[in-house]
Amino acid sequence: MPATEQDFLDNPLGKNPTLEDVLDGFEFLDDWEERYAFIIDLGKQLPAFPDDARIEKNYVHGCQSQVWVVSHFHEASGKLYLLIDSDAMIVRGLAAMILIALNGKTPRDLLATDIDELFEQLDLFRHISPTRGNGLRSMIGKIRDIAAAQATE
Amino acid sequence: MNDLSMANTATQTAFDVQAIRRDFPILSQQVNGKPLVYLDNGASAQKPLAVLDAMDRYYREMHSNVHRGAHTLGDRATAAFEGARETIRSFLNAGSTREIIWTKGTTEAINLVANGLAPKLKAGDEILVSHMEHHANIVPWQMVAERTGAKVVPIQVTPAGELDLESFDRLLNDRTRILAITHVSNVLGTINPVNELVGKAKARGVITLLDGAQAVPHFQPDVQALDCDFYVFSSHKLFGPTGIGVLYGKAALLEDMPPYQGGGEMIERVSFERTTWNVLPYKFEAGTPAIAEAVGLGAAIDYLNGLDRPAMEAAENALMARANQLVETVPGMSIIGTAKQKVPVMSFKIEGLHPSDIGTLLDQQGIAIRTGHHCAMPLMDFYGVPGTARASFAFYNTLDEVEQLFAALQKVQRLFA
Repeated sequence: MPATEQDFLDNPLGKNPTLEDVLDGFEFLDDWEERYAFIIDLGKQLPAFPDDARIEKNYVHGCQSQVWVVSHFHEASGKLYLLIDSDAMIVRGLAAMILIALNGKTPRDLLATDIDELFEQLDLFRHISPTRGNGLRSMIGKIRDIAAAQATE
Repeated sequence: MNDLSMANTATQTAFDVQAIRRDFPILSQQVNGKPLVYLDNGASAQKPLAVLDAMDRYYREMHSNVHRGAHTLGDRATAAFEGARETIRSFLNAGSTREIIWTKGTTEAINLVANGLAPKLKAGDEILVSHMEHHANIVPWQMVAERTGAKVVPIQVTPAGELDLESFDRLLNDRTRILAITHVSNVLGTINPVNELVGKAKARGVITLLDGAQAVPHFQPDVQALDCDFYVFSSHKLFGPTGIGVLYGKAALLEDMPPYQGGGEMIERVSFERTTWNVLPYKFEAGTPAIAEAVGLGAAIDYLNGLDRPAMEAAENALMARANQLVETVPGMSIIGTAKQKVPVMSFKIEGLHPSDIGTLLDQQGIAIRTGHHCAMPLMDFYGVPGTARASFAFYNTLDEVEQLFAALQKVQRLFA
């Protein structure tokens, strides 16, 4: 099904839970099992991804799993809305984390967000294998490219 | 002492895995707070002290350039380097060290042969590979096919992960010039019936290359008995250093092939009018070789020769058998590659889980496996999977580690439930 503007606006990630909620929740998890269970649960909150957006243009290279990112710029508010999809559950969880941090921001605000610092804070760079780390970086890179292109328009 | 306990004692003396593990210093470390369980041997194997010491000693006591002959260190380095070549010759049971060429690894060895055989190929010729090849035994042939108009044709694989021999018989024809096939599949562990394949190919005058990268860590090939024209493998999967590998080739074919790269060492005489090539094996070894690595690989083979290989193979088979028994303890888990003849490699999937999820969560538990397409995308397509998780065992792995793998997989599954 193709995505409508409403699908982008309805994506709860970025509004609820907030980044503060996630950071607060994460703080109380003390072992890897709890942390990953938390990430996997977050992944389950990713909204459905439009079927017609699973195309090369939206594909993120450099991940072990398949990852797609699609965006919609909301003219009225000047905000950029994102949807992400992956076939791997942990990647879905990390994608949800990224959306919580970046979704529904103006391109300028998005570009000003230090996502690396967030992942450091969540202790996720250390807990994620280097190849996965690269995939994560490719995903973030793609989103920043989208925002940068929008910001210069 | 009864017969049974005597037999047990005999096995223990023959193959004491705990003693062997002490030879591999890297194994006794913690990863993510857990004892390391290294089950990614198919990607690269760990190195025994004997290899580390040989390379260290080489650099401390004998390093110099080889084949220059002007001084004592040069003589020592050359003796160690050529001694390693003789070790390889004996390991493969090749007829002569002229037939042993050092390369960077399996990939370079196949590229070297593909380039060397290119002048023999013309439009319409066929190069027979299989659907289970590593990309390193597909892409170099595709590149040569592109240049020459030849065609790369894959032999089919059965659902169990064995070569479809009927497909092979059908595809081997008058246009076939080269058969390039893996001895053992890196994804499936399948040991291919290479004697039969090479025999049939030879009967038609087809040139044969066997990719032994995944075979040599588990058993010793005999290139004269196989009668293949080329046999290639990498050092780093054979418990030796990275950056070096071996091309065995029959002297007559090697003589006939043009050099792969130009430079020092590979020439006899250079002038701007005419340059002539050095003799075998040096004709294919342009530039200063990886001397310490050659010495290290020689030491790895010497180390393996000191082990009881039949006992080692039996121990590896016991690991595989235990893993097969435990598959049913993980609901939804299935093995990809159930050939009758296998080395201890277990590719698997678990219903509903992506291989990368499995790999990440095993790593959290100190267990190293490989996930992904294993550089064998055509085979992934055949099985309709984005990738697999693969545990590949070596003789230094223990039954306890196999059990830890399955306990960890059960934990992974609980997390996703």
